[in-house]
Amino acid sequence: MDDLKTFLIEKVLTFESDTLSPETEKILQRVRREKIDNPVIFVSSGTSSLIAGSEKTFSAIETYIKENEPLAAIVRVGCTGPSTFEPLVCIQIPGKNKLYFRNITEEKVEPLLNGVFHNDINEDDLAGQTGTKGFEIWSGIPFMDELPFFTRQKRVVLGNCGCYDPESIEEYIARGGYRAYIKAIRHYTFEEVCDIIEKSGLRGRSGGGYLTGLKWKHALNTTSNARYLICNAKESDPGAFTDRTILESDPHRLIEGIAIAAYAIGASNAIIFMRSGSDHAKNRLQKAIERAREFGLFGHNIFSSGYNLELIIRVEPGAFVCGEETALINTLEGKRGMPQLKPPYPTTAGLFGKPTVINNVETLMNIPLIMQNGPEWFRTLGTESSPGTKVFAVAGKGRMSGVVEIEMGTTIRTILEDIADGIKEGKEFKAIQLGGASGSFITGENLDIAIDYEELKEKGIGMGAGGFVIIDENTCMVDLVRYYMEFIRNESCGKCIPCREGTGRMLEILESVIRKPLNEESGTTLERFKGVMQLETIASVMKDTSLCGLGQTAPNPFISALKNFRDEFEEHIFDRKCRANKCRGLRTFSIDVDKCTGCTACAAKCPVNAIYGTRLQPFFIVEEKCIGCGICFDICKFSAINVK
Amino acid sequence: MDADLDIILKKYKQGKREDLIPLLQEIQDNLGYLSEEAIIKVGSFLGLSTTKIYGLATFYDRFRFIPSGKIHIKICHGTSCFLNGSQSIITKIKEETGVNSGQTTRDGNFSYEIVSCMGGCCNGPVINVNGQHHTHIKTDQLPDLIRKLKYVIEND
Repeated sequence: MDDLKTFLIEKVLTFESDTLSPETEKILQRVRREKIDNPVIFVSSGTSSLIAGSEKTFSAIETYIKENEPLAAIVRVGCTGPSTFEPLVCIQIPGKNKLYFRNITEEKVEPLLNGVFHNDINEDDLAGQTGTKGFEIWSGIPFMDELPFFTRQKRVVLGNCGCYDPESIEEYIARGGYRAYIKAIRHYTFEEVCDIIEKSGLRGRSGGGYLTGLKWKHALNTTSNARYLICNAKESDPGAFTDRTILESDPHRLIEGIAIAAYAIGASNAIIFMRSGSDHAKNRLQKAIERAREFGLFGHNIFSSGYNLELIIRVEPGAFVCGEETALINTLEGKRGMPQLKPPYPTTAGLFGKPTVINNVETLMNIPLIMQNGPEWFRTLGTESSPGTKVFAVAGKGRMSGVVEIEMGTTIRTILEDIADGIKEGKEFKAIQLGGASGSFITGENLDIAIDYEELKEKGIGMGAGGFVIIDENTCMVDLVRYYMEFIRNESCGKCIPCREGTGRMLEILESVIRKPLNEESGTTLERFKGVMQLETIASVMKDTSLCGLGQTAPNPFISALKNFRDEFEEHIFDRKCRANKCRGLRTFSIDVDKCTGCTACAAKCPVNAIYGTRLQPFFIVEEKCIGCGICFDICKFSAINVK
Repeated sequence: MDADLDIILKKYKQGKREDLIPLLQEIQDNLGYLSEEAIIKVGSFLGLSTTKIYGLATFYDRFRFIPSGKIHIKICHGTSCFLNGSQSIITKIKEETGVNSGQTTRDGNFSYEIVSCMGGCCNGPVINVNGQHHTHIKTDQLPDLIRKLKYVIEND
């Protein structure tokens, strides 16, 4: 092991020429597992795989190979992308292409491996094959990159995800990793690195879209005795999981990106600020940092370049607002995570009053690639104003979900129809929610908008951090807006009044819209109308006067839902009707006398005993008692219960 | 417990203000919650008043001031799980345990919390019981699940 380490340091990392010697390449091929003598089984091990049960699959495979194929190796790799296929298992037999099998749960392991090792492959579990030149192709099996999920993607940032063991730094170096970093600290000045990134036109991927190279220069040009680089890995938007997937699948490239960025601004301290609750990602990252330190990539006088760098992990203690730059800095200083007025921007006075650059995970993942391939290469990707790619976490009601990466300029329709493969169970499409709790909805007529900072801005849509939630006809928009508002209300820090009071009031009004009126004659109806009339005013006041981005963007889901789905709001208010039948307060249930067999199933399950009747005779529901929970509707085997 | 605390405090030799959050996080990881003694001790160690520390800790969601139950349930309330019906799961668990999110039942058996996106978006709604994930949860499965868990605790 130590031999390999010295070899990698001497012959790869510090090798002066760009092309490595053929002997070195030969050894690296083995490290990359491109040349193998015995079968290798790769099991994906991201969070979504773990939840789908990949650890059980892993131990089942372990037991199997111990008994039947003692020479085979088994490796945990990162997440390849399609969470719908998890647990994903990939098998490589020497000399042949890699085969991918989807949804391999514990009990499927034995028949699958029996099949693969005895040339009798079960087609049902197959996802596809991948391979490079010189390997035997499995006939009749589609290639993974020809699947609709992959063919419209451009996997650059996610290029390594799912291909290698994220805990092995050797494999990352064998894939060309850390060479850009060593080259930068040995041969480039701070300004040169900033110049390269500025030339590439890379824009911050967290939503604002500010030029990364320019931001670095601001910090670099501020005179100070210390500077800080912070990697913002705190994505706590409900429904976004791109950063976590990257941390779990390719931690080393992120670390390299952080190291180069820290060097570019002349910082000797870097901090990764992580969300709480993703222990798996944290452990992986911790291990990766330790391994990098063993290789001498951190510490004092790195590779005798005279540059020092320390990297630590900090976990956020649970507040959504900490994703905002100034709030994040306050949290790191050990204070309440409340935002502050800008300017001064963190690049002039940030952490402990020193110039600080805060970049998010996806931005930093691009840095090693730009340093390796040059800014011109990066410019060839994407559009003129927004070069590069963008990673999205596709979730919700699409047929496929997972982490996808597309070239800038791809239309939203491509993601929806090709990559996500349309809507589950043949339902009607309703909208797409881009950008999480502060994002907006995109409806059918806007699907041809290209993903590009300028074009989205023109339409008043924020790029967001990577949430891409597909919504079908079975979702009530009013309820969804209420859900986002509830989330923001809980997360508002309470510093400024428009956000603290505004979110609370908006939630109250939205709740009154979907609640059952106690009795129609009382003042509640009038109050409800008054509230609804005020909703738009509250939204615009919040937008104009809130202190930070959280409050300013909080009304976005409401504003765009009202713009696009006004009829649905009106239906809730005037007709007291929810077309998706989701709002519990507005549902009424009745029993179809002809269909009811009197089986008593619904009466037994009703939580408020609102269903009466005699056995084997039709039952009936007392409307005053009914709370609209819908349990009877779900339980009835004769579809005798009607919902209105 | 005091010995544990001393070991943790020793790791933070300089005892600066910015150590406060990592320190509290480490105490919570070890003890399961922030006890009154722990906060007082941290206060005298860092030279901060206990009110300041409480003020900070209550601002953040992840700090607990009461021990969690023997069975701790995390319910995912991310957008995807919400679309798949996590709201009714929360209501049902609240009904079954009789406490609110963040509280613990009087017998010390159950506690639950609502978290945003656990990462199992295509398997929603997802809940996590003492580290074990349960996917595609339906409301009518919950009473059985909770009964089973209760049985396990009582026969331990």
